[in-house]
Amino acid sequence: MVSGLINANPVVYEKKERRERPTSIPDADEYSAEAIDQLEVDIKDPEHPYSLEELKVISEDAIEVDDRRSYVRVTFTPTVEHCSMATVIGLCLRVKLMRSLPSRYKVDIRVAPGTHATEAAVNKQLNDKERIAAALENPNLVEMVDECLAPSYA
Amino acid sequence: MDFNDEGSHFELKEIQTLSGHTDRVWSLAWNPATGTDDTQPVIASCSGDKTVRIWERSALTRSWDCKAVLEETHTRTVRSCTWSPSGKLLATASFDATTAIWENVGGDFQCVSTLEGHENEVKSVSWNASESLLATCSRDKTVWIWEVMPGNEFECASVLQGHTQDVKMVKWHPTMDILFSCSYDNTIKVWAEDDTGDWHCIQTIGESSNGHSSTVWAISFNAEGDKMVTCSDDLTLKVWEADIEGMRSGDDQVLWKHISTLTGYHDRTIFSVHWSREGIIASGAADDAIRFFVESKDSAVDGPSYRLLLKKEKAHDMDVNVVQWSPGENRVLASASDDGTIKIWELATNST
Repeated sequence: MVSGLINANPVVYEKKERRERPTSIPDADEYSAEAIDQLEVDIKDPEHPYSLEELKVISEDAIEVDDRRSYVRVTFTPTVEHCSMATVIGLCLRVKLMRSLPSRYKVDIRVAPGTHATEAAVNKQLNDKERIAAALENPNLVEMVDECLAPSYA
Repeated sequence: MDFNDEGSHFELKEIQTLSGHTDRVWSLAWNPATGTDDTQPVIASCSGDKTVRIWERSALTRSWDCKAVLEETHTRTVRSCTWSPSGKLLATASFDATTAIWENVGGDFQCVSTLEGHENEVKSVSWNASESLLATCSRDKTVWIWEVMPGNEFECASVLQGHTQDVKMVKWHPTMDILFSCSYDNTIKVWAEDDTGDWHCIQTIGESSNGHSSTVWAISFNAEGDKMVTCSDDLTLKVWEADIEGMRSGDDQVLWKHISTLTGYHDRTIFSVHWSREGIIASGAADDAIRFFVESKDSAVDGPSYRLLLKKEKAHDMDVNVVQWSPGENRVLASASDDGTIKIWELATNST
């Protein structure tokens, strides 16, 4: 477990009413649209018993999907500017998408501009597939990611 | 062959898809001693499934088959593999922090040596031309030079520090004992041995010297060894040139100079680049495509420029991690991908 929380008292927001996701393309892949909806509710913050949505780390607007180009971009907002958990949150988001999206999708993950002290370094790390592959062979990290992705947190 | 001949149309024809790996294929290497008149070509490939596979083309059917699976040696992803110039030894670099040396003993591949020393993931391994030196690099930011001793012994000759982030690839110059490394720190470094036998960084090519603005993933040389091409997460290929005669005469002031940037062709990270003997540059990228470039005949006085010869969209179902030209047959290329397959291609021309 993490000793000494990075952000001990986060602001917790109400869960939003889920709105209908506009499907602009008639043959849009429903499987993937569903996976993206799941993304918001399912992921637990690495430090707190709340979902990333409740902490406003990610919101519906922060996930851009282009079905035609098989492209997804997730922009998340760390709770504090110096959040050292940002790379773990990003890794959780990536693993969640890897496990639920068809493999044809290209995924870019980044922190929202101006929300992290080392924004460029975090973004670079989150999109280096070799580092991600190596991280996912690290049993401690995988355990942490799995815990965040476990659906039973509520 | 003039690539600029208006009457020629290039087409990338798939010869065969090799399936067997159960995870992404990170890299592959053609055995340089095979594929000649009396031997069939052999390829080694390595994967996230922790294995190395050896593939050989059948003389009879000309179909590729998996001849061996090298497993239970590496305990994590095998990131890269490369044959020694004689084709007798295969070196494999793994995320398990080791580099293994394999020898083909009567058709059976045996691990004859394990090189330990790096603190974490080893990402690339390269043999020098005379097979007397081996270089490895790691996420631990170091580059190691190993001396090849008799009896499959490898002795660390130098630990090179200088990169500030993981080192993605090491590559020896094709004819001289000069080593090149490229990194997540966006730079390319050139290393050479001085009169006392110590290795030093003799040049760092960074963004301020027309270099890359993000991770540099790979390096390849042209046949003459006077030009190199690098590829990057900044979506460009860059071509560099040096005075090879000066280098040969031992002038250690010879620097690599930027001559061209190929920009606007790629829209996702370029992981691999390989220069063919006859001058065709192939690139493999995260947009699943393979592209080919040649020097343009309108190259101006201020140096050569390069143009796109062909783009093969959807060459694979996922990221293309490596492209490698065959050392034997002209215009035969192998590629490997996150989709778990290796593909053998022929760059064919249709004259109209």
